[in-house]
Amino acid sequence: MLEIKDLHARAEEAEILRGVNLTVNAGEVHAIMGPNGSGKSTLAHVLAGREDYEVTHGEILFQGKDLLEMEIDERACEGVFLAYQYPVEVPGISCKYFLKAALNSIRTYRGEKRCSAKEFLELAKDKMQMLGMDKSLLDRGVNEGFSGGEKKRNEIFQMAVLQPKLAILDETDSGLDIDALRIVADGVNSLRSADRAIIVVTHYQRLLEYIVPDKVHVLADGRIVRSGDKTLAWELEEKGYALVEGEREAVQTQA
Amino acid sequence: MIASDHNIQRISDECAQFHADLESATPPWLTGLRRDACRRFADLGFPTTRQEEWRFTNVKCIAETEFTLAKIAAPLSRETISPFVLDEDYLRLVFVNGHYVGDLSATEATPQGAVVSCLSAALADHPALIEDHLGQLASDESACFAALNSAFIRDGAFIHVPRGVVVERPIHLLFISTDNCSPTASHPRNLIIAQRDTQATIIESYVGLNDGVYLTNAVTEVSVAENAVVDHCKLQQESADGYHVATTQVRQQRASRFSSHYFSLGGQLVRNEVDVTLDDEGCVCTLGGLYIAAGNQHMDNRTRIDHAKPHCDSHELYKGILDDRAKGVFNGKIYVHPNAQKTDAKQSNRVLLLSDDAVIDTKPQLEIYADDVKCTHGATVGQIDETALYYLRSRGISEDLARSLLVYAFANEIASALKLEAVREHIERFLLTGQSLTEL
Repeated sequence: MLEIKDLHARAEEAEILRGVNLTVNAGEVHAIMGPNGSGKSTLAHVLAGREDYEVTHGEILFQGKDLLEMEIDERACEGVFLAYQYPVEVPGISCKYFLKAALNSIRTYRGEKRCSAKEFLELAKDKMQMLGMDKSLLDRGVNEGFSGGEKKRNEIFQMAVLQPKLAILDETDSGLDIDALRIVADGVNSLRSADRAIIVVTHYQRLLEYIVPDKVHVLADGRIVRSGDKTLAWELEEKGYALVEGEREAVQTQA
Repeated sequence: MIASDHNIQRISDECAQFHADLESATPPWLTGLRRDACRRFADLGFPTTRQEEWRFTNVKCIAETEFTLAKIAAPLSRETISPFVLDEDYLRLVFVNGHYVGDLSATEATPQGAVVSCLSAALADHPALIEDHLGQLASDESACFAALNSAFIRDGAFIHVPRGVVVERPIHLLFISTDNCSPTASHPRNLIIAQRDTQATIIESYVGLNDGVYLTNAVTEVSVAENAVVDHCKLQQESADGYHVATTQVRQQRASRFSSHYFSLGGQLVRNEVDVTLDDEGCVCTLGGLYIAAGNQHMDNRTRIDHAKPHCDSHELYKGILDDRAKGVFNGKIYVHPNAQKTDAKQSNRVLLLSDDAVIDTKPQLEIYADDVKCTHGATVGQIDETALYYLRSRGISEDLARSLLVYAFANEIASALKLEAVREHIERFLLTGQSLTEL
């Protein structure tokens, strides 16, 4: 589904990603962990197409297509979804209008029938119920005045409605209490399927107790320095990122 | 003689004829008021950009156009006006080219004791009340257009809410201009008197049906007595060649509340003035405004809030969206008088510029002569928020659609504050259509 090959990216003068290699197959859940500043969020946003980052080298294939050639909205229409670490407030436009516009943009792109207002409301209410959200949220401005937990839940809600092929969760767990975390994780788990891939970017192992990954990668200094199965996450929890110090040094020496 | 001087003489002559024609049917005090105003207009002349109040707005196009007084139009059908009727349940006064049209109006449901009528008819029924109030708030000492309006007072809305009465149905004043052959002017004059412990909601709409140059020069006086609540809303949707100059003058008494929401959506040259005097303690005043201009439209908003007494609050938010070569002006003054302690005044003007050639002159002003007050003001001018644009696009929304949505969102902050559902929907439809978002 997703193949990242020797990806280098920079923001202004600083090189942040320095040769990321990652392959994610359909049906898999990958966790990307790493210390602060290691490039986790940058990787997530490079996948979504944020223009603040410049890809200087490497390629990304998504379902065999060159992702880097695609516009931001094209990527979403192809099935890439990023759940933001810091969802953006857009006062003045209701969640309802926003999400319906998104869903219909994607459907139009795929040559599918547009969703009527009624169909959309039914779909939205169904997903909101699953996530324990109050449906009055639909008429509020996008993330406007939402608490941190509401914002994160709203990201997962959007994901549940848009049904992406590749979902990237950027620190979706940060700032959530345990109840909210469980609800969010249930939402994500309900999306797990054989034709969908999920990348969970997180600083903490806690989320991975609820969303159990198939593979865990450690990103440090802009590269994946170690990969393993879910036990790697437990090991990291126990020993901290000092665990990968050796690999980091090796990588730096190579560089 | 320069063109505008010639025009002032011409208008004065027209005015003298107008007064003579109406004199036999007019109480002497009103003839006097008209004549005085006409003289003041002739003395003042049209404003120029050398005057501070008009620095950013050149009215040469008005000063040099030979407008004649708009005549009664051929009858309009209900179908013609139906797109502008906000809600059939509202009380409604319809004026076509400044003349009242009873057949299109709806006042039967006016509550007992209250008056919702045209000024011309009310002059016969309530002469003393009108004499006491008309021209008392809208000082035309130094205001050319208000003087011009007073000189040509003939009709407009008269609303009187006697003590203790709540007018639950909103009152819609619909002013329609139909002229298109030669330039005409109408001078609607509205008088709204809300006595103690009353409540009323008034919406003024101004629409143009045809192309062609015309001038609407409106004055609205609003007296808000002790403990009264008046919500005022204005939809300005003049046609593309229309000029719209309007002043709303408000005086609030103790513990009263007044809100206004002004939507400036049409017209070639627009000047909208709101003056509110908080004349006793405990008043709250909310001013909201939205102006949207494109092409070479010019929209000028001038507001003034006088905090004359202690313990009053005012909140003001004006937003503008300017595209193409449009020009916007915001000139908002908050004047805190020496004894107006504990004043809480907030003012903000936010502008979205959608093109490199659009221009905004924004001038927020605080003049504070009391020492224990809380006052803030500010202006922001910017483009579409790139972070929000990215967020929307990352959900699959194309860049064009995302931009339209964000413009809509910016504008909708003012519209969504409206309590009146029919008006809110009317504005939302306008905004959605303007941004080609109707399928939402």
